[in-house]
Amino acid sequence: MFDTLSSKFAGAFSALRSRGKISEKDIDATTADIRQALLEADVALEVVESFTQKIHEKSLEVLPTLQSGTNQAQAIFDVVNGELTEILGGGARRVRLAKNPPTVIMLAGLQGAGKTTLAAKLAKFFKDQGDTPILIASDLQRPNAVNQLQVVGQAAGVPVFAPEPGNGIGNPVKVAQDGIAFAKSKLHNIVIVDTAGRLGVDEELMKEAIAIRDAVNPDEILFVVDAMIGQDAVRTAKAFQDGVGFDGVVLTKLDGDARGGAALSISALTGRPIMFASTGEKLSDFEIFYPDRMASRILGMGDVATLAEQAKKAFDGDSAKKLEDKFIAGEDFTLDDFLEQIEAMSKMGSMGKLLGMLPGAGQMKKQIDNFDESEITRTKAIVQSMTPLERRDLKVLNGSRRARIALGAGRKVSDVNALVDKFTAAQKMMKQMRNGGMPAGMPPGMPGMPPAPKKAAPIQKKKSKSGNPAKRALENG
Amino acid sequence: MGLFNRLIAKVRGTSTASPLDWAEIETELLQSDLGPALVSELLSAAQKMRGDDAESAVKEILSSKLSQKSRTLADSQSTNVVMVVGVNGTGKTTSVAKLATLLHGHGDSVLLAAADTFRAAAVDQLTTWGDRIGVEVIAGREGAEPASVAFDSVKRAIDSKSKYLIIDTAGRLHNKSDLMAELGKVKRVIEKGLPVAEVLLVIDATTGQNGLAQAKIFSEAVEVTGLILTKLDGSARGGVALAIESSLDIPIKYIGTGEGAGDFAPFNSDSYLEGLLA
Repeated sequence: MFDTLSSKFAGAFSALRSRGKISEKDIDATTADIRQALLEADVALEVVESFTQKIHEKSLEVLPTLQSGTNQAQAIFDVVNGELTEILGGGARRVRLAKNPPTVIMLAGLQGAGKTTLAAKLAKFFKDQGDTPILIASDLQRPNAVNQLQVVGQAAGVPVFAPEPGNGIGNPVKVAQDGIAFAKSKLHNIVIVDTAGRLGVDEELMKEAIAIRDAVNPDEILFVVDAMIGQDAVRTAKAFQDGVGFDGVVLTKLDGDARGGAALSISALTGRPIMFASTGEKLSDFEIFYPDRMASRILGMGDVATLAEQAKKAFDGDSAKKLEDKFIAGEDFTLDDFLEQIEAMSKMGSMGKLLGMLPGAGQMKKQIDNFDESEITRTKAIVQSMTPLERRDLKVLNGSRRARIALGAGRKVSDVNALVDKFTAAQKMMKQMRNGGMPAGMPPGMPGMPPAPKKAAPIQKKKSKSGNPAKRALENG
Repeated sequence: MGLFNRLIAKVRGTSTASPLDWAEIETELLQSDLGPALVSELLSAAQKMRGDDAESAVKEILSSKLSQKSRTLADSQSTNVVMVVGVNGTGKTTSVAKLATLLHGHGDSVLLAAADTFRAAAVDQLTTWGDRIGVEVIAGREGAEPASVAFDSVKRAIDSKSKYLIIDTAGRLHNKSDLMAELGKVKRVIEKGLPVAEVLLVIDATTGQNGLAQAKIFSEAVEVTGLILTKLDGSARGGVALAIESSLDIPIKYIGTGEGAGDFAPFNSDSYLEGLLA
């Protein structure tokens, strides 16, 4: 996502950086480059015009105050970064919770924007936070939408209120109303109402959406929009704003290669913040949208904040603590521990996505895209084909055991050997570290990621943030 | 006054043309999702034209951007296999059902295959449509291998001597190379049984310039032979389809204009171009 835009921006700025002293003409050229990049990225015209105009003005404003030298380009860069954050909606906003539960969230949007999938993702998001969400199936229009919501609801482990079979049968307003009453009686604190997709120009269906809104009196109406939408974003967003109205925006399919026009236009056009982003087909592919982080991703500065957060989420809890205790007690790091680490890593999302958040990821794009996610699965399969004894003590692995493991994992014996070698080396390193020779930058408590998933290495660095046991004790404490 | 008429007036009265008017026309063309490249091409062609027969001249520029390939569905085989592909949420399943309705209505025998075994309830969605329009649906279990469902349907189509076999596939973002490879495999497996007569890519009219990338990459994976442009009943004009026709030479074959089984028609270039500039 945003890759092309990001590389266009990078081009514009590297031209600027190569200048010793920046003149007004250079700023004109940069602004023109940015304008072209935004247009190609499907950013709405009026947003493009006002954005480029602001950058131009502000850049000219700061220019005379700067000494000559490289910091000039940086200052212009900062101007763009600031404006970009601004049009993406400024600070992030959270869902407003109702004073008297349940908090009612209603979803609205065009057909195919991804409302039903999003409903389940949102429900899971709240459930993971300890809330007790319920889904209401008010899309009675599309064939089997109700069924789909039930399936994804089940996958998320969230109940679904679906009294009507859908497929054109039943009254969505009544379902929504009954659903709220049901949620109240069962003390659910969050209610998510999935509605049928509708076009902005379809007055009849817009009236229905308004009727649902008036019946359930939602605390938040979220407008769900496909990140690949083009210039029609302007008309559609306005039609929904004037019709049913909305308080926040959710961008879906952000894992595509759309250049982010919708993202950049919608909050500027409607004055409503983008609150969440949906980034894949798995229920966990869902995140809070932070305008500043997105701006820095567009400008090629990476998104380390999100990465650190996800690492914390995945490694929080018992496993890291257990590992640390083990380490301090002088026990060996075993393949069982390793397996746990791999699983925690995969909870964070795909390796490609994680690597994509690193600064400068744009340049490594190709490698990231080609990263073989199943490498991790294969490594896991090898470890899982070992007996508990073997996992604890690699020394028992003779030829016949290795052959058996390879057969069990569906890999070659050489793959097993490679894993064993790498793991033994990692174990040795950890022992050295414990025995005093602690290499700088490799804090002891770091959940060891032996090199088996080869390209996972860069992640280690990020985690070292909470690596110091004393510091971590404070953080967790 | 519609954009089209303004454009014509502009071309007719070239003497009074001020740059400002051209800028306005550029804005409106851009808003139809034609994309900056095609818009500047159109404008420079229009600016070169002179007075007299402006209307037909403008129409000619636009239609010169259309593909010259056939817009009818291939029907030369005894069983014609049509694969329907596209990114998530563009309306593949609905389009499959509508296309089946159209062909079935003409008295052709149609078999449907629900090879979208990934999205929750997608198979049921197509089965429901099949029941509605009275067409048999070969369905895989959820999570089944899509290629195997497609292959079973090919065998069934040969046995039942259906004239058309329409295969619905799971939506996939074109930048997911593993999913695109899967699609290639589905096609290769189908071709073990029957040649694939058509691969139709479903493009959502609200899509912006990303549609070009979609068409390009899907073509690389499965050689797209035509487009279905959906959701044209909304406020979007679907200009990206013209950009696709012009740059990739893939013809739009059908358009979708609503949620009913009958809201579907063969592509008509005149009304599309008029809608584009309305």
